[in-house]
Amino acid sequence: MTKVSMTVNGKAVSAEAEGRTLLSAYLREGLGLTGTHVGCDTSQCGACVVHVDGKAVKSCTVFAMDVAGASVTTIEGMANPDGSLGVIQQAFQDHHGLQCGFCTPGMVMSSAALLAANPHPTEAEVRHGLEGNICRCTGYHNIVKAVLAASGQTVAAE
Amino acid sequence: MPKDHGIGASSKRREDVRFLTGKGVYTDDLALHGQTYAVFVRSTVAHGRIKAINTANAAAMPGVLAVFTGEDFKDVGGNPAGWLINSRDGTPMREPKRPVLAHGKVRHVGDAYAAVVAETYNQAKDAAQQLADDTDIEELPAIIDMKAAAADASNRVHDEIPDNLCFDWGWIEDNRATVEEVFRTAPHVTTLELVNNRLVPNAMEPRASIGEYFPGTGDYKLTTTSQNPHLTRLLVAAFVMGIPENKLTVVAPDVGGGFGSKIYHYGEEALVLAAAKKLARPVRWTAERSESFLSDAHGRDHVTKIELACEKDGTFLAFRTETYANVGAYLSNFSTATPTFLHGTLMAGPYKVPNVYVNVKTVFTNTAPVDAYRGAGRPEATFSLERVIDKMCRELGLDAFEVRRKNFLTPDQFPYTTPVGLVYDTGNYQATLEKAIEMADVAGFGARVAASKARGKLRGLGLSTWIEACGIAPSHLVGVLGSRVGLYDAATVRVNATGNISVMVGAHSHGQGHETVFAQIVAEKLGIPESSVEIVHGDTSKIPFGMGSYGSRSLAVCGTAMTKAVDKIVAKGKKIAAHMLEASEGDITFEDGKFSVAGTDKAKTFGEIAFSAYVPHNYPLETLEPGLEETAFYDPANFTYPAGAYLCEVEVDEGTGKVDVVAFHCADDFGNVMNPMIVEGQVHGGVGQGIGQALCESTTYDETGQLLTGSYMDYAMPRADDVPFYNVDYSCQTPCTHNPLGVKGCGEAGAIGSPPAVVNAVIDALHRGGHTHVTHIDMPVSPNRVWQAING
Repeated sequence: MTKVSMTVNGKAVSAEAEGRTLLSAYLREGLGLTGTHVGCDTSQCGACVVHVDGKAVKSCTVFAMDVAGASVTTIEGMANPDGSLGVIQQAFQDHHGLQCGFCTPGMVMSSAALLAANPHPTEAEVRHGLEGNICRCTGYHNIVKAVLAASGQTVAAE
Repeated sequence: MPKDHGIGASSKRREDVRFLTGKGVYTDDLALHGQTYAVFVRSTVAHGRIKAINTANAAAMPGVLAVFTGEDFKDVGGNPAGWLINSRDGTPMREPKRPVLAHGKVRHVGDAYAAVVAETYNQAKDAAQQLADDTDIEELPAIIDMKAAAADASNRVHDEIPDNLCFDWGWIEDNRATVEEVFRTAPHVTTLELVNNRLVPNAMEPRASIGEYFPGTGDYKLTTTSQNPHLTRLLVAAFVMGIPENKLTVVAPDVGGGFGSKIYHYGEEALVLAAAKKLARPVRWTAERSESFLSDAHGRDHVTKIELACEKDGTFLAFRTETYANVGAYLSNFSTATPTFLHGTLMAGPYKVPNVYVNVKTVFTNTAPVDAYRGAGRPEATFSLERVIDKMCRELGLDAFEVRRKNFLTPDQFPYTTPVGLVYDTGNYQATLEKAIEMADVAGFGARVAASKARGKLRGLGLSTWIEACGIAPSHLVGVLGSRVGLYDAATVRVNATGNISVMVGAHSHGQGHETVFAQIVAEKLGIPESSVEIVHGDTSKIPFGMGSYGSRSLAVCGTAMTKAVDKIVAKGKKIAAHMLEASEGDITFEDGKFSVAGTDKAKTFGEIAFSAYVPHNYPLETLEPGLEETAFYDPANFTYPAGAYLCEVEVDEGTGKVDVVAFHCADDFGNVMNPMIVEGQVHGGVGQGIGQALCESTTYDETGQLLTGSYMDYAMPRADDVPFYNVDYSCQTPCTHNPLGVKGCGEAGAIGSPPAVVNAVIDALHRGGHTHVTHIDMPVSPNRVWQAING
């Protein structure tokens, strides 16, 4: 075990990790940040998406040691400084973009990265951009609506 | 102006805030002092005899605390089937024991035969691999194909069951001869053989369980991913472990989706409890997704021949089906009800068909257990009916809309007793059909076909008019049908001294939004803000004995119990108010949160009454108990019968066979709607799963019983770019006649109504493209299958 340090949600942190410790396990078990979820074992479901130095990354596919020193943002770091929901989070609530909540952290993190790269995506671009995140509850309808709404666009579908 | 609070308002979900900020608490999120890790050793062969398990090496590995095999559980009980089904000849179904860990034989890939508990997860994982290496299993021929299994008596999933048949069920057996006679003389008969494809439920949160044991009191606690904590407690305590029910608490905290797969008790839950007792430490287990694929109860998996007898004008005379239903290697808790009373009883659809006969042969195979998955039996019934009707329309050159109009039950026919044993209380099927036609702009379809053609695509329109029985279930009825449990639910409404309210409910929310919707109802009825009402669920030490959430029952059954408990609160409040206001009880009215003396300005607020109940200084103590807390149990008088009409438009690429769903319209009748936003979301999710079944999802075992689709690399879950926006309407409302909220349930509708609409649309597109030889394509309607159908 080695002490691995990085910045998570703006705070300097460190925790023990083995060489094989995944970033998802480091966050969940090492730091107790259980908002990052693990829904599969093949890097397909996207529930574990976090941002590493501003890029969306599936944290189940990255060794914690490989991102030592990096700046990581998780779902716990997405609210406004006063604790209120951020724009994307609020859009998900307003448009009922979540049901069981399990895929939600990854959806929000992927959506944030998507909108950072493409502030006014089309519906097709949103759907394509979220292809790496699986949701079993919503049929994606309200997730796509929420992301479009968070981008400031009027949503045609009701 | 839409309401902004209470019944009928699209109140935003209060649970969302914790889920959106990473503060939800799912089972695997809990960290307990002294916790240990269980890893299961699972069979890599579909069928085999366990010759020897040498545990010594694994037990000696670093950090290993305990090793368990089937031998450790051979004397405890088995995980039971919840319904006893009798075969046509009156003999009871065959019920092989389902042990905590496989003993003697392994019966499917993923069948757990041992478990290791260690200090760390990695230590347990390493030791489990060692144990697998030290196990000698003699592989036996796998039994995979249902019809072959039923025909071959030499190879048996369970040695004591010679023909691998669980039961051969006829519904209704007394109708059989009449139905046969109708078919002999019918002017037209359409026959269709089809497969209702096996699905893996795939709730996004994998199953997880934590066992705890408290030596000081002898109490156990199970934290687990369950849709129904009390049912799990009953099964674990009374049937499997033999521990007193009152010494076991079951907690289902935030649960990340269920869709049926988390109704059932699984052996892992018993193992972590037994291990926790042995070690006097918490024992935790979380499934890897690969384990979920191999060991969660799967859904559907019917092979059906359906026949429709009709007049030349499309008037239905009879339906007859013969279905082989795969039950997998063991009987999961609802597995025998799903292909029978949740399937056969729906084979009249929303139609006035006089004769129906259903035969279901349920077969054991060397595959994972199969049980209820969103819709559970009703999607299978609907798919068979709506596909064979569509085929009949093409054979006779009839209009699919007209045929439905001709055969629908009409609003003046309710209550209506179907030939398959249900009594529909109310409905207006033509209203939803006409609504769907309007929503889909069927009049403009021709122009859209031309536009698609100009883009090189074939466009098709598919219809499905569906009905389901939900609000599960009237105990008196299910008892007659073989259920071994009652299916009521319960709620306790506790008015606290300061006037806010805790409501403890037997229903369990794992995505449905009960914390919001149930609070809306209580707030409306008591005239108080929604924020004053807290909904408590998921913990057997807090809630009354309820049966949980599945079968679209939460609102219709538990919501009714809650409503009745609120009514009791109001009734008691009137007695207290009468005393305080020095009036007679009959003169007290309750409205907008105030108890008033009719015709006067004398009144007490709800808060004043609550305070008086807990600080009873001026209170009729001689005739009335202090406190303000009421419990109600509610057992429904009948099922509820949501129904609707779905229209799907697809584009098919003839060159590749790829199908795109370009529009999907749902006109549903759910009775009264409590929160439109949530109802729409439920329909979206169901339709998404239905499109997944129709176009993407395939659970494939090879002939040796290996699951070829055991990960998200191989099992095609529908993704955001596989589906369109859905057009959902719920304005056609015929309120349920037998519950006070007039609600029917909306959780499964989308998954029930959508698959046949999609497949009918694909067939329609192919016919419009001149491929009239294609009469059916089995789901999933993959590009390969469509291309083969076009070119075959």
